[in-house]
Amino acid sequence: MDYLDTKGRIFDVQRYSIHDGPGIRTIVFLKGCVLRCRWCCNPESQEYRIQTMKVQGKDKVIGRDVTVGEVLETVMQDRPYYRRSGGGLTLSGGECLCQPDFSRDLLRAVKERGLHTAIESMACTPWERIEMILPWLDQYLMDIKHMNPEKHKEFTGRSNELMLENARRTALSGKTQLVIRVPVIPTFNDTIEEIQAIARFAASLPGVKRIHLLPYHRLGQDKYDGLGREYLMDGIEPPDGKHMDMLKKAVHAVCGLDCQIGG
Amino acid sequence: MEKFNIADIPRSPRIPKLVEDLYANMPVIESARAKLITESYRETESEPMVIRRAKAFAHILRNIPIIIRDGELIVGSTTLAPRGCQTYPEFSYQWLEDELDTVATRSADPFYIAEETKAELREVHKYWKGRTTSELATAYMAPETIRAMEHNIFTPGNYFYNGVGHVTVKYEEVLAIGFEGIIGKAQAELENCGPGDEDYATKSRFLEAVILSCQAVIEYASRYADLAEKMAGECQDSVRGEELRVIAGNCRRVPARGAENFYEACQSFWFIQQLLQLESSGHSISPGRFDQYMYPYYRADMDSGRITREYAQELMDCIWVKLNDLNKCRDAVSAEGFAGYSLFQNLIAGGQNGEGVDVTNDLSIMCLQASMHVRLPQPSLSIRVWNGSPHEFLIKAAELTRTGIGLPAYYNDEVIIPALQNRGLSLADAREYNIIGCVEPQKAGKTEGWHDAAFFNMCRPLELVFSDGMDRGERVGPATGDVTKMQTFEEFFDAYRKQMEYCISLLVNADNAIDVAHAQRCPLPFLSCMVDDCLKRGKTVQEGGAVYNFTGPQGFGIANMADSLYAVRQLVYRDKTVSMAELKEALAWNYGKGLDAQSAADVASEVLTKLRASGVEVNAQMAQAVVSSLVGMTPEAKKKARFEEIHDLIDAVPKYGNAIPEVDYFAREVAYTYTKPIQNYKNPRGGQFQAGLYPVSANVPLGRQTGATPDGRYAHTPVADGVSPSAGKDTNGPTATATSVSRLDHYIVSNGTLFNQKFHPSALSGREGLEKFVALLRGYFDQKGMHVQFNVVDRQTLLDAQEHPEKYSHLVVRVAGYSALFTTLSRSLQDDIIRRTEQGF
Repeated sequence: MDYLDTKGRIFDVQRYSIHDGPGIRTIVFLKGCVLRCRWCCNPESQEYRIQTMKVQGKDKVIGRDVTVGEVLETVMQDRPYYRRSGGGLTLSGGECLCQPDFSRDLLRAVKERGLHTAIESMACTPWERIEMILPWLDQYLMDIKHMNPEKHKEFTGRSNELMLENARRTALSGKTQLVIRVPVIPTFNDTIEEIQAIARFAASLPGVKRIHLLPYHRLGQDKYDGLGREYLMDGIEPPDGKHMDMLKKAVHAVCGLDCQIGG
Repeated sequence: MEKFNIADIPRSPRIPKLVEDLYANMPVIESARAKLITESYRETESEPMVIRRAKAFAHILRNIPIIIRDGELIVGSTTLAPRGCQTYPEFSYQWLEDELDTVATRSADPFYIAEETKAELREVHKYWKGRTTSELATAYMAPETIRAMEHNIFTPGNYFYNGVGHVTVKYEEVLAIGFEGIIGKAQAELENCGPGDEDYATKSRFLEAVILSCQAVIEYASRYADLAEKMAGECQDSVRGEELRVIAGNCRRVPARGAENFYEACQSFWFIQQLLQLESSGHSISPGRFDQYMYPYYRADMDSGRITREYAQELMDCIWVKLNDLNKCRDAVSAEGFAGYSLFQNLIAGGQNGEGVDVTNDLSIMCLQASMHVRLPQPSLSIRVWNGSPHEFLIKAAELTRTGIGLPAYYNDEVIIPALQNRGLSLADAREYNIIGCVEPQKAGKTEGWHDAAFFNMCRPLELVFSDGMDRGERVGPATGDVTKMQTFEEFFDAYRKQMEYCISLLVNADNAIDVAHAQRCPLPFLSCMVDDCLKRGKTVQEGGAVYNFTGPQGFGIANMADSLYAVRQLVYRDKTVSMAELKEALAWNYGKGLDAQSAADVASEVLTKLRASGVEVNAQMAQAVVSSLVGMTPEAKKKARFEEIHDLIDAVPKYGNAIPEVDYFAREVAYTYTKPIQNYKNPRGGQFQAGLYPVSANVPLGRQTGATPDGRYAHTPVADGVSPSAGKDTNGPTATATSVSRLDHYIVSNGTLFNQKFHPSALSGREGLEKFVALLRGYFDQKGMHVQFNVVDRQTLLDAQEHPEKYSHLVVRVAGYSALFTTLSRSLQDDIIRRTEQGF
């Protein structure tokens, strides 16, 4: 079978994204995730099955099956803009490594056409899956949410050992530019100590130069209603700019990483 | 050393003060010019028209009241009141006569007018009956052309009621040799004329008219010199006194003679710019490549240390303010089409010289800086972009875009240069292009482009297809047959082409009739002495004196027509989910919303045709009676449901603006139905017609005259603006929209295309936002888009500005080919701007 025919399941494509990687990017959101982070802003991405969600009172089907070739056609439409900006494709989700063959083949197709590739992923997956996409991956935006295994499990449903191990192995491979990203979630990890612990870990990874602090936002709240689910973060305020600046300073206090707020 | 300096220059405290004074009061209509021109005309009735024009111009310049405003460094004001306007009865006056009592309270561009002024104008207007260009133009038109205009197929309103303008003159020549130099050239030509020459009569009178006009301009400047000296003598403030003495010295020297420094060049420039707009009421008198022709004076002063960058900037800022001091009162309908008191004085920076070398310089950057300093709608600042444009220049331009004043507009050399060559310009001339008015490219000092020649509503011929050429019971277009009997999409598309071609031929007749009327009644000797080759040819630009002659009427509604025809193809002929009869009925019933006055007329036309077929004589009055009986009717419930269903089906058909190749290339074909036929026509000046695709702001008022269209657009709502997709139909983000737009054939649209994008400010935040914005721009231009402009304001800000206009008196937005103060726009145009898709994230 031609690799362009590999099938996958996605739920959105976002163009002219100016975050999540260098330049102007197209972000493909893959369906399905093994974590259940309480703050998740894409709750419709978590289950692999195709489902319906109420959007402004109307039922909307979330998820569609596509081939690599089909997605590639959309991605390539913005080639003139990638060329001028050094941009390209970013896979997001969900967790793209839950669909490893599709992710690998899509990244390969885009890479072979001379564009920049990135994934936004939390690396909770067998190492072999990461290994197989690395040849086609320019930048890995990897989520590290917490250094404490119990707290990690409590808020996301899984412990963090596998992810930390994968982070180390990805860094050691030297095959991709690894950037560590931390969602800053009040009640979970927004203290100086917790952020500094992650920063120290990130700084210990060979080749890692950058860390992004992504402040919690509530833009996904309505989707929980639309899915008939309870929003467990109700009443929690996003961290203000002052707090984020303080955390950025805290990162700089313990390591030499370049730290930016937002993606 | 760097080729140019990009460092910010602080704003002089003088500038905000000038701006504040300028906007302290509502603009005023003054009558001085109207009285003076009438006096002069009464005394010259037996003389050649070109001489009468020159004498009238001279009479105005010698007698019109003059004023130097507080703190001004550049002087020359057309009215005593800031932002006031004079009137131009020689072009048309009836609309003003009719609107004298409402002009102060109308929604678009109101003007204050004193009772005394009204009385004076009423008196003056008596003279002009039967003497205007407008009346003569009407006399030259075919009856079917007049009928097509009555049925709103197109409107040539701009030049029908006003002067033509839309030109860039040889500023550089006047800066170099002054009007004494021009007079010398005219005299030399005159000496070459022999009384026995075949064109002696007209040529000699034209050259005499040029000399009279130039002498009058020199006298006008002297009046300012005298006034400045007098004011200096009376001035208590020694700093201002010295400024006034320098002003007096400037006005003694220029524009009579060549400028000797940058300040004199600025003053000389201003007199030309101002007085062109006193000679006739034409707008879009565009300064063009200001950064190029002013540069030698700036460079010399900088090299000799006579001037600082800061002072040069202050002078430029003063010019920017002055460009907003000029104003024009249009009729109520046109005021909506050109809303925002705009004079469209387009000034362009950057780009290549005639040899293809990038000539971005210090002044190019300072033009951007000036717009940041004054934050006013004029000049319509434009930027030329090509593969060799310096990145830092574009970043600086993006910084100006980010301020949200809708400036600058970006133009693509890589498309415009070959597009102009394709129209017969030499390569060197094409490379030197600038922009006129909204978006229209031409070569300065050599072109009479007649760029804004009409609004042609591409939706109306499609309505004629559905009514077999009938409208309100009258035959307007050719009979193309019963639409419900058309068997194939090709047959349907052919019928549209036929309606288009016929309507275009009438449009040409309208424009050419007006063109002839201007040549006969309002030749402009002052303007013509600064356009090649008028002096040599011995005639004005109106009579064909320019090297390059064009007529450029603009079509609009391309997105609506592309989506409409595509939907018909998909639903009626391919999927067969909607029959043509159903669609026709759904349109007539406005997709179930029922009949307002205009929709009722559409339904009535069919009834009337049947009446006529059965031998009943139908006249317009009967037609109106039938329409009246239909107003307010709604369809029965079952039909209403079906019409709504049809609307949903149409909604689901892919739309132009989403980078879907099949739809976009279809749109390209649809655009050809306008752009190709038009280029086959000639104008009376020996030039060619060329198409534009841009609406100014007419897409709102002209949309009101258009019934429901098969793209799902409801009756009488705005049509799409320019080449932009229909509002809200582009849902794949700004890159997809831009890609779609670039798939139209912009090369053939050599009178300009207009593409609006609206950005949320957050999309341009930080250095990175600017970089990505520039990459987006470059990506669009790599795909051969011609023009793009940006509104950078969030929706919330605009909604708040509607609620609290007092808080937003300086909120500038991009309307179409120009920017305007948001709060001065009519409510419906404000709503339209808010509706345009907000791109961002």
